[in-house]
Amino acid sequence: MTGPLLSVRDLRVEFATRKGPLVALDGVSFDIAPGEVLGVVGESGAGKSLTGLAVIGLLDSPGRIAGGEIRFDGERIDNLPQTRMRLIRGGRIGVIFQDPLTSLNPLMRIGDQLTETILAHKPLGRRQAREQAIAWLGEVGIPSPEKRIDGYPHEFSGGMRQRVVIALALCAEPALVIADEPTTALDVSVQAQIISLLKNLTRRHGAAVMLITHDMGVIAETADRVAVMYAGRIAEIGEVRELVRNPLHPYTQGLMAAIPTLAVRARRLMQIPGAMPRLSSIPRGCAFAPRCPRVFERCAERPPLMAIGGRGAACWLYYQASAAAEIRN
Amino acid sequence: MLALLPGVRRRGNPKLKDADAIVEVRGLSRVFDVSSPWISRLVSREPRRTLAAVDGLDFAIDRGETFGLVGESGSGKSTLARMVVGLLEPSRGQVLIDGVDLAGTRDRAARRAVRRRMQMIFQDPFASLNPRWRVGDIIAEPIRVFRPRDGRASGLGERAIAARVDELLELVGLHPADAPKFPHEFSGGQRQRIAIARAIAAHPDFIVCDEPTSALDVSIQAQILNLMRDLQERLGLTYLLITHNLAVVRFMATRVGVMYLGRLVEIGETDALFARPRHPFTRMLLDAVPDLAMSGRPRTPVGGEPPNPIDPPPGCPFHPRCPQAIAICKSERPAFRDNVACHLATADDARPAVE
Amino acid sequence: MSEIATPPNSASEPARTLIGRLKDNDLLASFLSSKVTVAAGIVTVILFLAALLAPWIAPTDPFNPATNYLSDSFDPPSFIASGDPRFLLGTDDQGRDMLSAILYGLRVSLAIGFCSVALGALIGVSLGLVAGYAGGWTDSAIMRIADVQLTFPAILIALLLDGVAHALLNPANRDESAFAVLVLSIGLSFWVQYARTARASTMVEKNRDYVLAARLIGLSHARILFSHILPNVMGPVMVIATINLALAIITEATLSFLGVGLPPTQPSLGTLIRIGQNYLFSGEWWIVTFPSLTLAALVLAVNLLGDWLRDALNPRLK
Repeated sequence: MTGPLLSVRDLRVEFATRKGPLVALDGVSFDIAPGEVLGVVGESGAGKSLTGLAVIGLLDSPGRIAGGEIRFDGERIDNLPQTRMRLIRGGRIGVIFQDPLTSLNPLMRIGDQLTETILAHKPLGRRQAREQAIAWLGEVGIPSPEKRIDGYPHEFSGGMRQRVVIALALCAEPALVIADEPTTALDVSVQAQIISLLKNLTRRHGAAVMLITHDMGVIAETADRVAVMYAGRIAEIGEVRELVRNPLHPYTQGLMAAIPTLAVRARRLMQIPGAMPRLSSIPRGCAFAPRCPRVFERCAERPPLMAIGGRGAACWLYYQASAAAEIRN
Repeated sequence: MLALLPGVRRRGNPKLKDADAIVEVRGLSRVFDVSSPWISRLVSREPRRTLAAVDGLDFAIDRGETFGLVGESGSGKSTLARMVVGLLEPSRGQVLIDGVDLAGTRDRAARRAVRRRMQMIFQDPFASLNPRWRVGDIIAEPIRVFRPRDGRASGLGERAIAARVDELLELVGLHPADAPKFPHEFSGGQRQRIAIARAIAAHPDFIVCDEPTSALDVSIQAQILNLMRDLQERLGLTYLLITHNLAVVRFMATRVGVMYLGRLVEIGETDALFARPRHPFTRMLLDAVPDLAMSGRPRTPVGGEPPNPIDPPPGCPFHPRCPQAIAICKSERPAFRDNVACHLATADDARPAVE
Repeated sequence: MSEIATPPNSASEPARTLIGRLKDNDLLASFLSSKVTVAAGIVTVILFLAALLAPWIAPTDPFNPATNYLSDSFDPPSFIASGDPRFLLGTDDQGRDMLSAILYGLRVSLAIGFCSVALGALIGVSLGLVAGYAGGWTDSAIMRIADVQLTFPAILIALLLDGVAHALLNPANRDESAFAVLVLSIGLSFWVQYARTARASTMVEKNRDYVLAARLIGLSHARILFSHILPNVMGPVMVIATINLALAIITEATLSFLGVGLPPTQPSLGTLIRIGQNYLFSGEWWIVTFPSLTLAALVLAVNLLGDWLRDALNPRLK
């Protein structure tokens, strides 16, 4: 299959408020290739969760998609009616949310939730579906799955529950999995297990992943490419090793420098002054300009995402390089 | 005096030789009764059940240092934090602040004197400030409570307090104009600054920081941690820093204690502990941290889950998850000796975990 | 200092003007967005003002026997053909101007309503705070008393307390003390709701970190309850108080209607209704109708305001 699996172009999400529409996502564009893991990283309020919700059609009013388009496997999905979206969601696009407590129905047995999902998206009989459910529980690392399949969510620990959620997301063999902060609510040691599980399973089943998180370390270990979001826009996007080692956008540079590392005991952490602007008060031009150590006159105009090689950065500093690269191409 | 405390050995840090311990924890334990209500126990004939959240902790914190305490959920670190500041009474053992046991003293003046010397910064910046109080009043409250009660004209009239509040706001990077505002008008990072201002308002010596940046974004965390370090230098503070984030501990702490299921399993100077962790749990924790430097370091697969404190495993509580467990680990609890609680660790037996 | 302080984050937001703050205020916007609520608000304000200013705006003083002439009694309202232009809403059996009587009656009804709500809230919130904060036996004891009281309809409790008070008091003082007795009975019959609400809020708030911070510096329990927890409990209590006001007014009207409330010398709307009821079927309909309409309008308006307040303050609906 040629072409990206998921293609988002100029996505614009607005919230209707008393004082007029509030722009929460402003021209977000990215692609996910089949089988690729794209990390979407950003601080709170940057819009990363909203992007995920927009893709799977779970934006609740007063939020709505106000512009741009989202294509999945070539077909547009941003304007589909909910009935059609429901078929895609869970079947061809799997979802993992942050809190396993609320993702699972506390009144339903684990096995029933799994079998129901399998039956909804695959042409199998009930018994076969149940066998597949048991197999999935085994694959995600639940010991004695045939015994535990009839348990209720509260009988499982946090890490186990998240494994079940991963099974739920993958059991219909989706082409794309959207994982929104899948490990944030878990202990450090369990986080590592879950991340590794997610990575291996998706690779094994050929599913692409949109991994939304604020934790750059998780991205560095898991993603192939990463998009850094700031104030509802993409600041930088590129291959993960390059981006982590050599960030282009001043925000990414500041972010990477601010993360304390295990290796060396720093004298002082680099800090970015100020804070991300609230959605209602995003400045004109580049949203990061008020905090940027390298701001100059051109920054009063909003920079588009400049392409430099396979990477992109929304920063006027790279205008020349980008133009040169385009000429070369 | 330090040499008399079991299990704490200094390794020649000149700064610490002549520093007093400002906080001493001796044999501290806290047990919770988690039995079902007595009627249902009567009916189903269950015994009483207890949970030892903290079980025999011994350590000391020197003046001016930052002692980092790390552990997973269920390790008891929050319970320990509350006992240290006197919000929770110990079931056994003592907490001595500069030699004074808060829980054991009934004398109100002495208790007040101890309380004045310590403060706490909480994890959730949205819950640690009273939403109905103005920021200025929140910060001024400890000042008002602890000001000397000798009649009037003690130099701390309303104007002096307001000036002090303004000074504190500027010290933490906010603005005096913020004093009449309410907490909900501020962001998470700003609220944590307000909490810090409140904590230093009455000139404490010792501050317990319970996950102070866990709820904050990375770039804000950097600001807050830098602020805390700067204040520590400037005001001569001592910190007990409780967190699950090892990188934060690396940056902030001079010494680190690792807790597992209510017990200390390892203590050491930060650099040494990170370079040569001796307890298998410490090694596991360090391995579990994602590799941001992308050095491609080898990672041993981690297994299992944090144990249930109500029903701890016999012997060494870590043995079900320990890659090196031997027979004795399943039956006998290792004593805390030579700064580590492991049957297999000796002073020279250490594997490097991070280069 | 520049090392420690990052550029001030919040100095950029200037103090907003009053008009600016009002425009931004969510509560006000939610109020103005519903026509029904605005109408209820207007009606309530009109009635409150009428009651407050009764001594000045009433055409006559209906309780001054000197100005009432029995010859004026049973005059129909002025807008009816046979009516007397002096009396807008007619007169009652004593020759009193209905409009004035209603205004004064409104005044008394509202006074009793507010006082009994205040009393009930005082008792209820205090007990609720203590129950929620202390927990254990104290909590159980208070809640059991509350539960027992809830099994009886409030009216019956008010009647009971009223009867007891009258039995204990000197009959000669009965009329003067009627006001106080009513306030007491109604207040005491309604404290339970406040207690429950306050207790629920207290139980949530007492575990929050700001309370821990207060305990940390050694504040006494009473001080924590009063300065820290109480302000956070008042929100839901205000909602209950508003709805309770309507209930208190109705209860007082009921008691007066039954004859155990205010006497005819100091009539409330309920008393007026009772008086008027006797003459309904003999043709003098205005004596019962206008007080009833006033009472209905007042209660409805206050109830609607209470509904709006409850929804507006409910964080889950936001």
